Amino acid sequence: MADDPLAPPAALAGDVTVPPAVAGAEPVQSVCTPIRLSYTYTPGRALSRYLQAMAGKRILGERCGVTGQVFVPPRGVSPLAGTTTAGVVELADTGYVDSFNITRVPIERRPDLKPPYCSAWIVLDGASVGFMGLVINIPPEEVRIGMRVRAVWKPDDELETSAANIGGWEPTGEPDEVIDDYERLGRVGGQQP
Amino acid sequence: MAAERTAVIGVGQTKYAAARRDVSIAGLLREAAYRALEMAERTWSDVDAVIIGKAPDFFEGVMMPEVYLAEALGAVGKPIMRVHTAGSVGGSTACVAASMVQSRVHRCVLTIGWEKQSESNAMWALSLPQPFATSVNAGAGGYFSPIIRRYMMMTGAPELIGCMVAHKDRRQALLNPYAHLHQHDLTFEQVVDSPMLWDPIRYSETCPSSDGACAMVLVDEASGDAHDGPVAWVHGTAMRSESNSYGGRNMVSPAASEQCADDVFAQAGIVDRRAEIDAVEMYVPFSWYEPMWLESLGFASVGEGWRMVESGATALDGGDLPVNCSGGVLSSNPIGASGMIRFAEAALQVMGAAGEHQVDGARRALGHAYGGGAQYYAMWIVGSGKP
Repeated sequence: MADDPLAPPAALAGDVTVPPAVAGAEPVQSVCTPIRLSYTYTPGRALSRYLQAMAGKRILGERCGVTGQVFVPPRGVSPLAGTTTAGVVELADTGYVDSFNITRVPIERRPDLKPPYCSAWIVLDGASVGFMGLVINIPPEEVRIGMRVRAVWKPDDELETSAANIGGWEPTGEPDEVIDDYERLGRVGGQQP
Repeated sequence: MAAERTAVIGVGQTKYAAARRDVSIAGLLREAAYRALEMAERTWSDVDAVIIGKAPDFFEGVMMPEVYLAEALGAVGKPIMRVHTAGSVGGSTACVAASMVQSRVHRCVLTIGWEKQSESNAMWALSLPQPFATSVNAGAGGYFSPIIRRYMMMTGAPELIGCMVAHKDRRQALLNPYAHLHQHDLTFEQVVDSPMLWDPIRYSETCPSSDGACAMVLVDEASGDAHDGPVAWVHGTAMRSESNSYGGRNMVSPAASEQCADDVFAQAGIVDRRAEIDAVEMYVPFSWYEPMWLESLGFASVGEGWRMVESGATALDGGDLPVNCSGGVLSSNPIGASGMIRFAEAALQVMGAAGEHQVDGARRALGHAYGGGAQYYAMWIVGSGKP
């Protein structure tokens, strides 16, 4: 290895010859070129059902015909079995906090979210997997793993075909779930594959 | 027919920094590639193929950059192959490069991983809005901190274990001239007092955002035998992936991680992992991932990884299993290169070429990388002797 590890490699150490036409010009180190990408999102059948039900304040999951596991939001497939899901399951809008984080930095796309705020893995009653959601109407430092929560829906006149219809999850005041291990979720709704 | 024995004979790294404005993307890669070629005593004409990896194209906004980079990497008229496995990509790229030699498709391969984060916006690239999910994560920390909280709850680990890891890695980075962060006067108390970003993750417990590239030259057995410089022999490579969402998924120690580790240790014939490995370069972008991976990789039993950290077992100075002697991802994070840096630093250790952060007499070392929602894994074990 070279004696000075930060010295340029020999092949790159020589002087750069600048064409006469641009000699003396200020070297350009970078240019900023903003880019944009607009697209139409096609959610597919499973997510279309889920998003349409959301507009009516209902939460649809889908069940795996092999393992019995229930997925929400549904993608139409069961990751472990490698099969398409077998049927639709309507889920309650209640569940618990599997784990959480208290974010103290702003997020670019959500100027409405004022730090600190609590985001959490929410596991709905009867579901085998969790998803990320906001925990609201409680100081973040009082949120607990296992805390029972329910959905806080947007006003009816603001409902869309979007998961954003649920503005957050608030404590129900029920006793906490006992969280022992991750495997427990594999047993929800079916047997461990 | 047995696989061709494969040797690493060259490692090249750039200086890692928040912004390498002195070089273009192509110039950044050439710096690492030429250093690797110099160490290997090779030129571009000796290279049969180039295997290149980086994180998503969204980062720099250059689509399929391997096409534009082929000329800068001496690959005109030669095979060039792009690997993409999110944050683990640097490791996966090295595994693919090794497979090109092991399968006797090529005799001499240059492999390189890179990222120029100063020309990109990673948080933007990682949080594209989707109608079926609410956008509540401020970057990767928002995703990983609940998993860390679960680890803390399940093991009862003391609250400051993560700070111990961060302080150790930043101290060790001072011995590595290529490391991005050189915080000479950083005290443990300053780490503890740094602001919480994604509680329980503090600012000082997170990786920086870096520009950088890392390259290696891999050759077949005859070329490795004939090489008169330092050599690291590949003893095993493994990759695994899994869905990031299924019922019963252990998010602290995913099945893909454990199975990938079992595979690579079996290939290397290693039974007692802690005793038989001399140095580990593991992917630790958030400090708590050191004790978590110590358990998942089988260096500690479940719930005991934090005790290794607390006892100093993973420190270069006095530990029996030094982890991230280079300073690790916590000290340098050019994302697409970060996995390859782990693999390359493992090679440097068994070559005896790691300089100030050398583990005395290191004979076998593990390089490790993970990516996505802790769902993509790449690992290799390298040794000073032939497998």
